[in-house]
Amino acid sequence: MILIQDLSHRIGAFHLDGISLEIPTGRYAVLMGKTGSGKTTLLEILCGLKPVQSGRIFLMERDVTFLKPAHRGIGYVPQDGALFPSMTVHDHLAFALRVRKWDTAAIEKRVGELAGVLGITHLLGRRPHGLSGGEAQRAALGRALAFHPRILLLDEPLSALDEETRRDMYQLILSVRRQYNITALHVTHNWQEAITLGDCVFILKDGRIAPCGPHDIPASRNNMCGSPADYGTPPFSPVGPPLEKDR
Amino acid sequence: MIHNVPPAARAKSDIPFLFCLWVIGAVYVVLILAMLAADATFTSPGHLWDALKSPEIQYAIQLSLLSCTFTTILSLWVSVPIGYLMSHYQFPGKKWIDAVLDIPIVLPPLVIGLSLLILFQTRAGRWIESYVPVTYEIPSVILAQFMVACAFSVRAMGAAFGQLNPRREQVALTLGCSRAQAFWWVVLPETRRGLLTAGTLAWARSLGEFGPILVFAGATRMKTEVLPTTVFLELSVGNIEAAVAVSLLMVAAAMIVLVVVRLYGMEPSMGRFFHP
Repeated sequence: MILIQDLSHRIGAFHLDGISLEIPTGRYAVLMGKTGSGKTTLLEILCGLKPVQSGRIFLMERDVTFLKPAHRGIGYVPQDGALFPSMTVHDHLAFALRVRKWDTAAIEKRVGELAGVLGITHLLGRRPHGLSGGEAQRAALGRALAFHPRILLLDEPLSALDEETRRDMYQLILSVRRQYNITALHVTHNWQEAITLGDCVFILKDGRIAPCGPHDIPASRNNMCGSPADYGTPPFSPVGPPLEKDR
Repeated sequence: MIHNVPPAARAKSDIPFLFCLWVIGAVYVVLILAMLAADATFTSPGHLWDALKSPEIQYAIQLSLLSCTFTTILSLWVSVPIGYLMSHYQFPGKKWIDAVLDIPIVLPPLVIGLSLLILFQTRAGRWIESYVPVTYEIPSVILAQFMVACAFSVRAMGAAFGQLNPRREQVALTLGCSRAQAFWWVVLPETRRGLLTAGTLAWARSLGEFGPILVFAGATRMKTEVLPTTVFLELSVGNIEAAVAVSLLMVAAAMIVLVVVRLYGMEPSMGRFFHP
């Protein structure tokens, strides 16, 4: 469960005011809003990368408001993947496990399993500069999932991908959800992405979460909170075959 | 139907512009090569061999290699933390500290030597000298080289850390790293080219340093004599052939360093040394 209570953050003219939201365990929530509305800042505060000025954050019933990022147990996938240039994909998947001093056999087992789930077994020896955008995001997702986090935060992970790769990634994320029963908060500008992946949608507008029920299931655009202009990009018609979704 | 493009709208040839750039660049490159060629034709392999056999010059080569290497290690040891702190954190007085770090770059080298000499005549300096003799001894050579070389190294490391994507370090923190682990395993491997550049700059600056060494360490043969000191001493007694021979040795050393940097500076696998 992700529970944010009355969270505020201010830097100069930018502000987040009284943010409160709750994402029950196992739910996949989507956060939308215009560029500069504070979506990334909210994720960084959840990760512990930016300090909380007021309010509380609970992750899986644990108050993590003042905990360091390392102790929050969050898997974080940033927009550009932020892969480490000197490491191979294998090193990325093993990174959090080596930090936690897992033994080599356990690391290799976990890396093999994860690479199989993400379809990147053939890429394990490659470095980031040899990966396509979709492959890089799979590696970034694998790195975030390797240590079995209960919470996953994704910051526009698919925004730089072409339509076909993005649809592949939808399937992958849905499959990962099914397999790991993870609680997730996914930031996006793309309402098709929100409809496809999300159980519930929050809109961040003017430094606040738009007043709407937090668990509305967006079966269509009309069921989502706020107006289309609040999502950040003009809506478009989904194309291609319907995607498999585990509801 | 085909329309003729009006003459004014046609793209002008890029040749005159590129020609100017090539000429300006070529003049400088030719000047450098001409300088080296003049040195090479002034001396002969015999002079070079005689210079290498001289015990004074052998000592100067040894001391130069040793002091430059020690200075480089010392410079990196200091410039990595300073570069990281200055590029990652905002604090009161940062601009002033930034300006202070540039002082050794803008000060005339002789003034640096003189300032070091005066520093070691103060009460604190004399106290240090009572335990470790510095002035006119080998430590003064290293300290004089370090004062200048480290400033260049700090600039190089500041630029290297400043170019990093901070998101990678942040991701490492969320993956369970402490700040120190993220630094060693993620940040430092990413700056390997910056490290190599900073180390090369420090080494090359140390090798060519003369002014502060002359004032602070003196020019005593077989004691505080480094290669630039040898060139100065040989010139002062009119032995130009030996001076040129030593100069060519320094050119060769500089070329070797540059080639090593070009060859290995781009090697991504160097980062593996730092991984968890």
